[in-house]
Amino acid sequence: MTFFLFFALVGIGLFTLGLYAVIVHPHLLRKILAVNVMGSGVFLLLVALAKRSDSVDPVPHAMVITGIVVAISATALAVILMLRVKGETGRVKLPETPQE
Amino acid sequence: MSWNSALPLLVLASSLFPGGVIFFLSEERVVTRTVLNLAGATLKLLLVGVMIWGVFHGEPYESRLPLLPGLDLVLRADALSLLFVTLSAVLWLATTVYAIGYLEGSPNRSRFFGFFSLCVTATIGVALSGNLLTFLLFYELLTLTTYPLIVHRETEVARRAGRIYLTYTLAGGALLMVGTLWLYTLSGTLAFTAQGFLSTLASSEQSTLIMIFVLLMMGLGVKAALIPLHGWLPQAMVAPAPVSALLHAVAVVKAGAFGIIRVVYDVYGIQFAATLGVTLPLAVVAAVTIIYGSLRALFQDDLKRRLAFSTVSQVAYIILGVAIVGPIAAIGGLVHLVHQGVMKITLFFCAGNIAETLGIHKISDMNGVGQRLPWTMAAFTIAALGMIGLPPLAGFISKWYLGLGALEAGQGWVVIVLACSSLLNAAYFLPILYAAWFKPPPERWPAERSFGRQETAWPLLAPPLVTALLTVVIGLLASAPFSPLQWVHFITTSEYLP
Amino acid sequence: MSVLIFSIHWQVMVVLLPLAGAIACFLWPRRGVMLALVCALGTTLSVAGLSWLVVVEGAQRYTVGGWGAPLGIDLYVDGLSLLMLIVTSVVGVAISVYANGYFERSRARAFWPLWLFLWGALNALFLSADIFNLYITLELLGLAAVTLVALAKGAQPLSSAMRYLLVTLLGSLLFLLGVALLYHSSGSVDIAILAERLSASPVVWIALGLMVVGLLLKTALFPLHFWLPQAHASAPAPVSALLSALVVKASFYILIRLWLEIFPPNNFVLGQLLGLLGAAALLWGNLQALRQTRLKMLIAYSTVAQLGYLFLAFPLANIIGWTGALYMLLSHAIAKAAMFMAAGNILRFGGHDSIADLDRIVQRLPLTVTTFALAGVSIMGLPPSGGFVAKWLLLEAAIRSAQWWWGVVLVLGGLLSAVWIFKVVGYAFTPSPVPHEVRAVPASMEWSALALALTAIALGLFSSWPLALMMVGLPFGEGGGS
Repeated sequence: MTFFLFFALVGIGLFTLGLYAVIVHPHLLRKILAVNVMGSGVFLLLVALAKRSDSVDPVPHAMVITGIVVAISATALAVILMLRVKGETGRVKLPETPQE
Repeated sequence: MSWNSALPLLVLASSLFPGGVIFFLSEERVVTRTVLNLAGATLKLLLVGVMIWGVFHGEPYESRLPLLPGLDLVLRADALSLLFVTLSAVLWLATTVYAIGYLEGSPNRSRFFGFFSLCVTATIGVALSGNLLTFLLFYELLTLTTYPLIVHRETEVARRAGRIYLTYTLAGGALLMVGTLWLYTLSGTLAFTAQGFLSTLASSEQSTLIMIFVLLMMGLGVKAALIPLHGWLPQAMVAPAPVSALLHAVAVVKAGAFGIIRVVYDVYGIQFAATLGVTLPLAVVAAVTIIYGSLRALFQDDLKRRLAFSTVSQVAYIILGVAIVGPIAAIGGLVHLVHQGVMKITLFFCAGNIAETLGIHKISDMNGVGQRLPWTMAAFTIAALGMIGLPPLAGFISKWYLGLGALEAGQGWVVIVLACSSLLNAAYFLPILYAAWFKPPPERWPAERSFGRQETAWPLLAPPLVTALLTVVIGLLASAPFSPLQWVHFITTSEYLP
Repeated sequence: MSVLIFSIHWQVMVVLLPLAGAIACFLWPRRGVMLALVCALGTTLSVAGLSWLVVVEGAQRYTVGGWGAPLGIDLYVDGLSLLMLIVTSVVGVAISVYANGYFERSRARAFWPLWLFLWGALNALFLSADIFNLYITLELLGLAAVTLVALAKGAQPLSSAMRYLLVTLLGSLLFLLGVALLYHSSGSVDIAILAERLSASPVVWIALGLMVVGLLLKTALFPLHFWLPQAHASAPAPVSALLSALVVKASFYILIRLWLEIFPPNNFVLGQLLGLLGAAALLWGNLQALRQTRLKMLIAYSTVAQLGYLFLAFPLANIIGWTGALYMLLSHAIAKAAMFMAAGNILRFGGHDSIADLDRIVQRLPLTVTTFALAGVSIMGLPPSGGFVAKWLLLEAAIRSAQWWWGVVLVLGGLLSAVWIFKVVGYAFTPSPVPHEVRAVPASMEWSALALALTAIALGLFSSWPLALMMVGLPFGEGGGS
């Protein structure tokens, strides 16, 4: 197993784990964390991609940096929304049925 | 833009523009509204007159606007479209006058007259369409603009009728659209051409063409109220009398019939349609509709309902005339487009008068109406006798040509249908006439309104008198130049040239 | 004059102006309205300038800062992206005028920066020439949209905003994973380069599959539509309008772009599957719309249905089908925005949007009910309207490619939507007492909605220009009909 493949597989594993968690767990904070884990998985994959050959490819690094910035803002927004949902409903879960 | 290409647009605009302005008028501005309506109607009549003269002398009138890739919105005046345009323009003027009197003092008049004008615009558009796409466009527009007129009374019954109307017509419109489009993918053109444009297609397409024909007939048959697609028409008579008059005589029903004429003559071509074998089934459906409509009319006690079923029956004459392959029957069918319009609008005007002035809606309450409303009943009588086919009234001319044409085409069974239908017509009209003229009037009428020395308000009385007079004139002067009959002769020469 | 037009980098203006406006509105909230309207006007003018450029000179590629791929950012504009930019501008200007009357001072402070930010993100998305940039803009768009939904007060909008945020993040991450895998197989994220290098391998198919699922989630294609009705219905009216009109279309735009440029040609099964889901969306959305008791929920479900039309182009896969789907996108965006704005007027006037009690309201708002009816004509696909042209083209594509069953779906969808449209319009024809408590609706709100509805109708009469525009740069490939 090459260096690249190892990290790539770990990355995909993290992504899958996060995907599972975001679907299964009702608690909003867990969902937000799960989304972050998914993001980290993709970033890991990208960083691994940069080291496929001997020379380091800078493009995935640039992508990861940009991606992290986006992920931070998204997480910030998510946490604020979560707090406001808690303030309004007193619960940190989404209502069960999306219907009326 | 030259005068010849502007004229069809002007004819449309003469009702579109007043309609658009009327929507923004407040309820109280009766005079402005009336002036706009009448000016529009008169202007349209004048423009149509110019167009008749031009078309008779071979002037082309055509306006185009690109609509879809490869397809234009085409407004074109030919002899056939002018037949329908003239009918609409004349009867629109009459109905406008009538509606002004009929709706005096009732609410939402700006809305009514706005949609009324749009409805006529759509009808004129249907008549002037130069290809099937343009026809489809105005046909759907007609559906949309008549809906507010049908539900105008705002009662639960009216809205139910509106829903039924929409269900039928929107479904019909969808079928028509599918048929039109399918045809377009086969032929690459939709322009109405004398003797059709499909006969050049490969014979392997014939079964497809038959299917398309069925689709088109179903789409058009809804508005033309062919059975079993007629269900909306008797319901729709809850609309105010001028609307019923317009619906039954000019706008909706005739748009369907006119479409069938167009498809048979100018899309398929009558000879080609006969080769495909689609004309005989169409004739049979029309014949069944004639008998069925008359039978149902016989058992209605509500006057407007009886008239509605009579429309179902009478409009099928037009289609019967088209479907009997032969020039003389075609003359009978086409001329009935005009004759039925003039007669039926008279009947609906009179029914409206009787309801408005005396509060009578049922035939069983009509005893002695003739003594209270002699002029109205006189008009009614003329129109009813015309419907039965008494010479020399307009209806006689249509039936004469239909019968003669059927014999010429070797379809004797049609004559039996015509005879039965005439008997049935007599059976449901004559008792009304008898009761109205010869039975004694009741002590007092259900809801009588007094109009001084006149029997009813003049805007209500004048239109039916004029149209009744027309019934006599176009029957008597059928061989005069520019009479409907002569004009129809003019049309059929172009459709039956080899 | 023409020197001026050709010397300005309109592509950059189109992205920068709204972003700069957003910052300006944030910094000077007191001047917010004025800044936003100036900015909306400026952006629209830039789009007009760009259109001029593209019409005269053809598709354009622009290298931001002169760095170029792979590290720099390329902007690419052809007929397809230009069309999207124009739709955004048309709807955007109307929404700006509408929102000016809609929001009170406190919420306006938050609305203007967010809306301009969203507009900038949309424009950047339509101009992106590489798939990573598409991811970034998609994410920016999602964040702005979620925050706008949360502008509505109360527990329910917040919950829908939260759900929307999770969905949109999930969708973006699926897309990003696809981007990473595509980069792995081709060494580039530039769409043009990808189009040359990609060949059908398992990794590529997995990547494309992930991207498609992510985009479908964001476009809310049945059965991934669960988040849409709540989010679109509970947002403030101008926000509902721009979500339904523009935001869901952005992810569809990416999908169609990828499909046309980089998907391997042997994608018949996937195309049929997308068409099937589209058909299901069309029927299900309309049936659900019929069941709704609140007007805005009804309109939101109709969006679910109308999105189904767009996906019918995938199995048809010919130029007529694509142009039909895009024309549908165009006319739906405009008509649906008008419809949501009309619903906003109704809600404001009567204080509720319960369908059963609409009669008291619609009688008093003739302009608004006209707006609703005209927009309805386009959504039903009756002539003359943009919706009719679109349906005609789609139906023609279905018949020409001998797949008549999609035609049946098209016709059924139109008829079903007619049922609920006339259910609402019918209330205009009921006699009803004068409502007890009303709040006046500013003229700007009624007229901006009506203007959009009239545009949707006009699209049916003047279709040749937008149809010709779409073809600039041949986004659908060469060749004629089928």
